[in-house]
Amino acid sequence: MNDRRFNALLGLAALLIVFVFAGFVLTLVVQSLPAVKQEGAAFLYSSEWNPVTARFGALPFIIGTLLTSSIALVIAIPLSLSAGIVMGEYVRSGWLRSLLNTLINVLASIPSVVFGLWGIEVVIPLVRNLAVLIGAPPYGAGILSASLVLAIMIIPYMSSMTREALMNVPAGLREGAFALGLTKQEVVTGIALPFARQSIFAGILLSLGRALGETMAVTMLIGNATRIPDSLFSLGNTLASVIASQFNEAASDVHRSAMMRLALMLLLITMIAGWFGRTLMRKGASAYGK
Amino acid sequence: MQDGHCALAMEQQARILGASCNFNYENGGNHMKRNVLFRRGLLMALCLIGAASALNAQTLLGSGATFPAPAYTKMFDEYYKATGIKVNYQAIGSSGGLKNIQDRVVDFGGSDSFVKDTDFAKYPASIVHIPTVIGAVVVTYNLPGNPALRLTGEVIADIYLGKITKWNDKRIAELNPAVKLPNMAIMPVYRSDGSGTTFNFTAYLSAVSTEWKSKVGNANSVSWPAGQGAAQNAGVAGVVKQTPGSIGYVELAYAHQSNMPAAAIKNSSGVWVDASLASISASAAGAFPPDSRILLVNTNAKEGYPISALTWIIVYREQKYASRTLEQAEHLAKLLWWMIHDGQNFVEALDYAKLPAPAIKAAEAIIKSITYDGQPVLK
Repeated sequence: MNDRRFNALLGLAALLIVFVFAGFVLTLVVQSLPAVKQEGAAFLYSSEWNPVTARFGALPFIIGTLLTSSIALVIAIPLSLSAGIVMGEYVRSGWLRSLLNTLINVLASIPSVVFGLWGIEVVIPLVRNLAVLIGAPPYGAGILSASLVLAIMIIPYMSSMTREALMNVPAGLREGAFALGLTKQEVVTGIALPFARQSIFAGILLSLGRALGETMAVTMLIGNATRIPDSLFSLGNTLASVIASQFNEAASDVHRSAMMRLALMLLLITMIAGWFGRTLMRKGASAYGK
Repeated sequence: MQDGHCALAMEQQARILGASCNFNYENGGNHMKRNVLFRRGLLMALCLIGAASALNAQTLLGSGATFPAPAYTKMFDEYYKATGIKVNYQAIGSSGGLKNIQDRVVDFGGSDSFVKDTDFAKYPASIVHIPTVIGAVVVTYNLPGNPALRLTGEVIADIYLGKITKWNDKRIAELNPAVKLPNMAIMPVYRSDGSGTTFNFTAYLSAVSTEWKSKVGNANSVSWPAGQGAAQNAGVAGVVKQTPGSIGYVELAYAHQSNMPAAAIKNSSGVWVDASLASISASAAGAFPPDSRILLVNTNAKEGYPISALTWIIVYREQKYASRTLEQAEHLAKLLWWMIHDGQNFVEALDYAKLPAPAIKAAEAIIKSITYDGQPVLK
């Protein structure tokens, strides 16, 4: 095969991806038109989601999505940063390092339905006991259970990105700091972390993207109630979980279309988080080069 | 026999296809050129498509409701043993089944709810409903010791409306004087996915509670005023089993197979009825409409269980459409006939109730009304 044919083939394949993506977005846009026509902007701030009366407002799901993802971030950030710092600064080789690495890789590769099952069997009973203890509604399922499991699911991404960011801190910088008499802790908090902060932040945003779109585990744990959550123990729904639970049997066309609109919204939110994260990452990577 | 003949012809066709699709990779070795590989791949793909269409001709294809799927799987398996005709049923949900029959991509659709008069216009031609089995939705719960409970429709509606919140509420207690009810929060559990089970459960609650009817209504997914959602029957059963104080609604089979308690419910004749195959079957033993489109919930049959539900197979009355042959139409009509007669013997083992005599009589007339080019398919 000569060069020209090879290039043409590659170009075609690349173009195909563009077409697939464009077609994908176009489908979502076209299919969500009936819901746009019926609900307009109220879709974004109405909390009534009623298939019987065919009124569709996505506010409970938007809040559910943002709430579970942010709680998961709040839980995951300190844990992941610590794990990342340990691997990137303190144990850069040896058996402990490979053990940590392996564990994090395993954690990252567990299918989300398995996390969901584990959540049902372990997290939900724990949260229920806690709820009984403090007098909250003893469902067990809900915002807190979903957020806890989400946090565990994103820890591997966040911690390995933190590790990579710290590993990329130039050795010269670190050696210079030590030469000036800085302690290890001072080097980590004063030199390495500030240098790597953009990449670390990018890692957090990419993990947020994952949390926003996580479907299976959240659907299994959040309690699937279309209400605006008012406490950690409330039941809720996210954009992804409501699509997963209702799409198959959506009886009316508007119901279907409303779910397409949810999907479009989810796509936009995760794309923005991902794009922002990647931009920061590139900046972080090129900062030293300049 | 005609069926046998067809199957044989199809087998021949498949064999011919198989012969031309016989690939031998050993000859290729290292010398096999890439474009030869490519051509073989293309040929193989074409053959696969060919084989698939050959399969379509000898197989009846249906899709729809998940609720009767275990009964259908068993029936179709037995039917294949008896006649050699394969029936491929995809349990994709009632809405999907109706959509597929609308689009005429299947021989029959399965649905847990009948098509409303106002929706007939969505179909390109006249359709008929053939009832196949009867199922029931039971109200199950998780209480210490799991005592046998009696509940009325109104009480169940008020529990799901969030108005009755404690198990020792006066209204539950007066229905169950012999039971010591705990001072425990009631946790209602519902199906988070759209389902025929929810459709029938909410149809019942709408029939017995005006407040339910006006506030929530009846559909295969509704806006629940209280409680927690879980996916599928198994999910609801799981949450109820796991959560002390919870109450849920599942199909009889799930409660039965996982040994969960089921409340006795007072029917419209004032009789306390347990969900049993006999009481479920009895719910359809009253007046049965000729087109079989009837909601069995809140039945007026004296011994009938009040949250019983029919499930239907939906086909076009006139079978000559698209490229359908008389043979396909005959296969379909014979299958339907078999399902409402011999097929009924296999459903009770799977916790579905048989069709009672009036339903079978109506179904027979409906199947006989199926035509091909204006002529009845079954003589």
